[in-house]
This record gives sequence, structure tokens and C-alpha cells, in this order.
Amino acid sequence: MLNKVIAGIMLGVLLVLHHDFWNWDNTALIFGYMPVGLAYHAAISIAAAGIGAWCCFLCWPKELSEESEETQA
Amino acid sequence: MSQLIVISCYLLLLIGLGLVARAVSRGSAADFFLAERSIGPFFLLMSLFGTTMTAFALVGSTGKSFSNGIGVYGLMASISCIIHPAVFFIIGIKVWSLGKKNGYMTQIQFFRDRLESNHIGIILFPILVGLLIPYLLIGVMASGTIVNVVTSGAFPDSGFLAQYDGGVPPFVGSAVICAVVLFYIFFGGMRGAAWANAFQTIVFMVIAIFAFNIISDKLGGMAKASENVLAHNPTKFKRSVDAQDIATYETKHGAWITAGQINYLRTQLTSQQKDAAHAGFSGPKKGPWIPKSEAIYIKKEGLLAALRSADHAIALAMYKEKRIDVRGKSSKMFQNQLTDPDPEKRWTHRKAEGIYKAKFFEPLEPHGIQLWEFLTYLFIPLSVAMFPHLFQHWLTAKTAKSFRLSVIAHPICIMIVWVPCVLIGAWATSAIIIDGPRAGSFLVSEFINPNAVLPFMILQLTSGVVGGLMAAGILAAIMSSLDSQFLCLSNIFTNDIFLHYNKKKNYTDHQKVMIGRIFVIGVVLVTYLFSLAEPRSVFTLGIWCFSGFGALSPIVFAAIYWPKLTRSGTYAGVLATTACWLIMFWKSDFAAQKDYMIHITGTIEIMPVAVMFAVCVVSMVVVSLATKPPTKETLLKFFPEEKIK
Repeated sequence: MLNKVIAGIMLGVLLVLHHDFWNWDNTALIFGYMPVGLAYHAAISIAAAGIGAWCCFLCWPKELSEESEETQA
Repeated sequence: MSQLIVISCYLLLLIGLGLVARAVSRGSAADFFLAERSIGPFFLLMSLFGTTMTAFALVGSTGKSFSNGIGVYGLMASISCIIHPAVFFIIGIKVWSLGKKNGYMTQIQFFRDRLESNHIGIILFPILVGLLIPYLLIGVMASGTIVNVVTSGAFPDSGFLAQYDGGVPPFVGSAVICAVVLFYIFFGGMRGAAWANAFQTIVFMVIAIFAFNIISDKLGGMAKASENVLAHNPTKFKRSVDAQDIATYETKHGAWITAGQINYLRTQLTSQQKDAAHAGFSGPKKGPWIPKSEAIYIKKEGLLAALRSADHAIALAMYKEKRIDVRGKSSKMFQNQLTDPDPEKRWTHRKAEGIYKAKFFEPLEPHGIQLWEFLTYLFIPLSVAMFPHLFQHWLTAKTAKSFRLSVIAHPICIMIVWVPCVLIGAWATSAIIIDGPRAGSFLVSEFINPNAVLPFMILQLTSGVVGGLMAAGILAAIMSSLDSQFLCLSNIFTNDIFLHYNKKKNYTDHQKVMIGRIFVIGVVLVTYLFSLAEPRSVFTLGIWCFSGFGALSPIVFAAIYWPKLTRSGTYAGVLATTACWLIMFWKSDFAAQKDYMIHITGTIEIMPVAVMFAVCVVSMVVVSLATKPPTKETLLKFFPEEKIK
């Protein structure tokens, strides 16, 4: 249950961080070519994959897997 | 010509894939529509990603970035990176489990069973199909445009094809793409679609990275390309409008107004004034010297300053008429260049139209992204919860664990495709020609159709085989969505309408597959015929389709997690959302107002989908609480007993 709560909190935080009003006027370049507004959101994408991994390995709905295996059997 | 050969080889490969899928098909209806629920993690990821990444992914992302700047990644892509996997995890796995347990093949079957409503399909069917058709049209039309742009010049001396810049006409390109997709889903069904999706998704991901490297190299390197944007169009690298871009726009707009006034005053000159203008012209009397001489005369005699305010409005209205019949007017204006006997020097119609637009069209005002637009856009990716073709893909999974890879890797795949395309779009606004007669000028006109930016860049900056490969990558992205959508519509027609209302007859599995195939042909044919009508605002309609599906998503969430959802509540939610959608669609002049938003207060304007979503939730919850829930027997099929009490 705790893992599910943490996943929910992480998802909520990521949604808040997604709305980066602090980068609205920023044209600084990362690595000399990538605008900061784009690099930041690319990082958001990677973080979303991380939350996905958390959910799959720590909050997996085991009952569904078992149910489906029973149906298959 | 080499582009055409590469594209043809690619399409032949897909046909081969369809034949292989046919060879391993078991010929059953479950195999044709759901691949016998046997799709593993990798194919599921490729199918889900390939299906959600439509023409918007490569062509649209570049075009949107060209128009609105890099903010579109946050607006459309990174929010999808958060919402899509969450929907796969929360909804997809549960839907798969219920589908496997209760034998569902379509979304409508699920709702029919869950809500104890035999006729829910009558309401859902036209809404789902109506929202899906424009979405399909986008793919079909985009494929024709891409084939035409990339193959232009392949047939330089053919009379009929001259009007298509010597390339494959868009209607032929669309027909060929439809025929290839039809072929592999006709023979391979869902299995063929899943294989083709996997193959095509890999192709377009590799091509996106490949295109990025080649194009950035041709633009003088990534750092140089980005420096050009900061120097010429800094707004494209942020989400607000830069003061430098506003100043440039105001200068260009002022010049455009003056040109409009001169255009009007020329029509008002007396014959004596015209004679005086022509006689006083000191330059060489060739080319467009007459309008030039009259313009000089108007400025010299101070006629501009004497223009009355009433005439000012007439002058601009007259000048805006230059936007009508661009093809005809530009062909007439640049007739010599378009018919140059030397194929190397001969202009394309696209070039003539671009120069005509740059000369006469009102400059485009730079615009950024509003904070509230950015905030409320998050309702759009929720559409994946309600897409019938994704629902069908979820049902194809072999086990619940097949979803794991999709939940984790889907955001990374989005990033791999979108980041290069968004950068290319922003770079295109400020790409400067390095050598040749046009050295120093911008490569891409600001008036280009944004959806043509990527194919245009490919055509200009690459050649032969490379260009063909890149075009194949773009077509792969389009076809990997078209196949699922065609198959899904065929599935809905076959199972939810034809078989559901023809229960008296017992159809064999073979007959069901044949019915499905006939419907596939019908759906492809009707979509293709619609595309010939070239509905002008079909690309704008795309966002309205997504809004409709996104606004209806609370229904699928409630059906899975809220036992109190009733049939009446669902009807209320669907009908209220549809009514709200229709009213807003009407208010937006049927999608003619491209930036239509709902004004809340002060400077706050939100996306229409946010209002539709709220209407759906409120009507569904209120009516469900006031009406009788389904029987316990039905609810036990969907919820554990302790949740029903």
C-alpha cells in the first residue's frame, strides 16, 4: 500500500513540475544547442519512465496476473 | 526518382509482411480481430506507441514547433509521457483482464455488459466513429502530401504531372498508402497490424534520429542551427513572445499595410496620373516596371498621407483578396519561371506559391503558449483511455505482464521521436541557405504549410536514397496508426452492429472473418473518398477529435473503478459531453478559429476539453447517484465482492 501511495505522490509531483512557469522566458542553451525549456521536459519524460518502473516493480496488481493465469489454465 | 524507388521498395516490404502474417494466421475471428490475445511485451509496446504516434508525431511535431516553438514538447509530448503510461497501468491492464475473463472483443461490448444496456452501442457507435473518421483523414491526407512533396521532380517533363510539380499526385499517393495498409490488414488482421506496427515503429524511430543528424549537419551543426534561432526567431526557443520578434513583426506589418494602400491607390489613379508615373520612371522599362513606377509616383506625390480612414479599411480588404486562388494567381505571376525549358532553373508550383505568399500575405504575428492553455492541455492525452483502437490493442496482450514494457518505455520512445522533430521545426524557422544564388536568405518561408516543413527540409537538405528513406520513415508513422484505426472500425461494424443485430443467424468463424474483411474494404474506401474532398480544416479537426475522446475518458475510469456508475449516468455523461462538444464546435466556427479557447476571467483562457471533461464528470456522477445501479450479479463480474457492498 505504501508503494502505491508513494507512486501517487510521485505522479502528482511530476504533474506539478511539468508546469514549469519558471522556464517560460528562458532561452539558455544546454550543451550549446538544446534550449532549456526542451531539455527540462525531456527530463520530465525520463522521470515518467522512472515512475512507470516503480509502479511495475513495486505496485504491480498481482491479483490481475493471478486471475488471468487462472483463466488461461 | 530514387526517392520514389525507395518508397516503393518499402511498401513492397510491408506487403510481404502481410503475406507472412496471413501464412501464420489461424483464420479465426479472434485471430483476425485480436491476434488470439497472444501479443507479447515488445509487440505490444510497438503497437501502442506506433498507434498513438500518428502523423502528428513526425510531421505535426515539426510543424507545430515551426509555428509555436519548442514549447510544444511540454504542451503535447511530455504531458503524454506522464498520462499515457498512467492510463496503460490504471486502465489498460484492468481492461485486458476483464476482456480476457468475459471474452470482450470491442469497447462497446465491455460497456454493454458493464451497464446492462443492450443499446449503449447505438449512442456510442456514431460518436466513436464520428470522432475517429477525421483522425483517419489526417493520416490519409498527410500521406498523399508527403509522397507528393518528396517525389516532386521525379517526372520533370510530364504534362499532366506538371501541376503536381512533377511528383506523384497526392490523391495517388493516398490511394497507394491506403491500398498497402488494406492489403496487410485484409490478409493479416490484427497480427499483420501488430507486426507491421512493430516494424514501422522501429523504422520511424531510427529515421527520426537519422534525419536529425543529417539535417543538423547540413545546417552547420547543432550549435550553429540553435544560434540562428536565437538571432532571428528567439520566440521559438521559449514560450512567451520575445520583444525582438514583436519589433520585427511590427516593421513587416507596417510595410505590408503600406503595400496594401499603394495597391488600392493604384486603382484610383487617373489616366493622367498614370501617364505621369510611367513617364517619370527612370529605371529600365522591363519586368513589372509599371506597378513600380506607379508606386513611386504615389509615394512622391504624398497620396499615402492623404488616404482617408474609410479608404484605409477598403485598401486592406482589397489586399486580403490576394489570399484567394493562390495557385491561379501565382501561376500567372510566375508563368515564365514555371515553364522555363531548363529543368534545373524551372520553378515548382510550391516555390511560386511560397514567393507569392511572402510578397502579398499579411505577416504572421508571433505567438507563444499561454500558461492556462499549457495547464489545461493535460486533458487531451487522456483521450488514450477512450480510443477504441487502443482498447482493442489492450485486449490483444498475452498476459498482464506484457504491459510492463509499455508502461516503462513508452515515455522514452516519445522522447526519442519528439525531441529531434521539435528541434528540427524550431531550426527550420531560422535556417539560412549557405551557398548558391540564394545564399544568406531563409530556407523555409514563414507561410509554408507547417505540416510540409519536415518533408520540405528533407527534400532541400538531403538527396536521393536518404530522402526516400526519410520519407518512408514518415509514412511508417502514419501507416502504423492507420492500420489499427481501420481494423478497429471494421471490428466495431462487424461485432457491435452487424453480428449484434443479426443474432438469429449463426455465423461460422470463417464467415465472421469475411464480414470483417468486407467492412475493412468499406472503411478504407469511404475514408479515401472523404479525403478526396480535401476538407480544409481537417488538421484543426484533429484536436477536436482528441478533445472529444479525452472528455469522455471519465466514463471508462468510472466503469472500471466505481460500482455506482449506472446506465442512465453513462447516457447522461455521453449526451451532455456530446452536446457541450457540439456547442463549442459551433462557437469555434466549426474549427475555423484555430486558437479557440474558453474565456474564464481576466486573462485566463482554458482549453475547451477542460470544460467538456467537467461537464462529463458532473452529469455522470449526479445521474448515477440518483438512479439504480446494475445488479449484483453483473457487478461481481467487474468488482471484488467487498467493493460492491
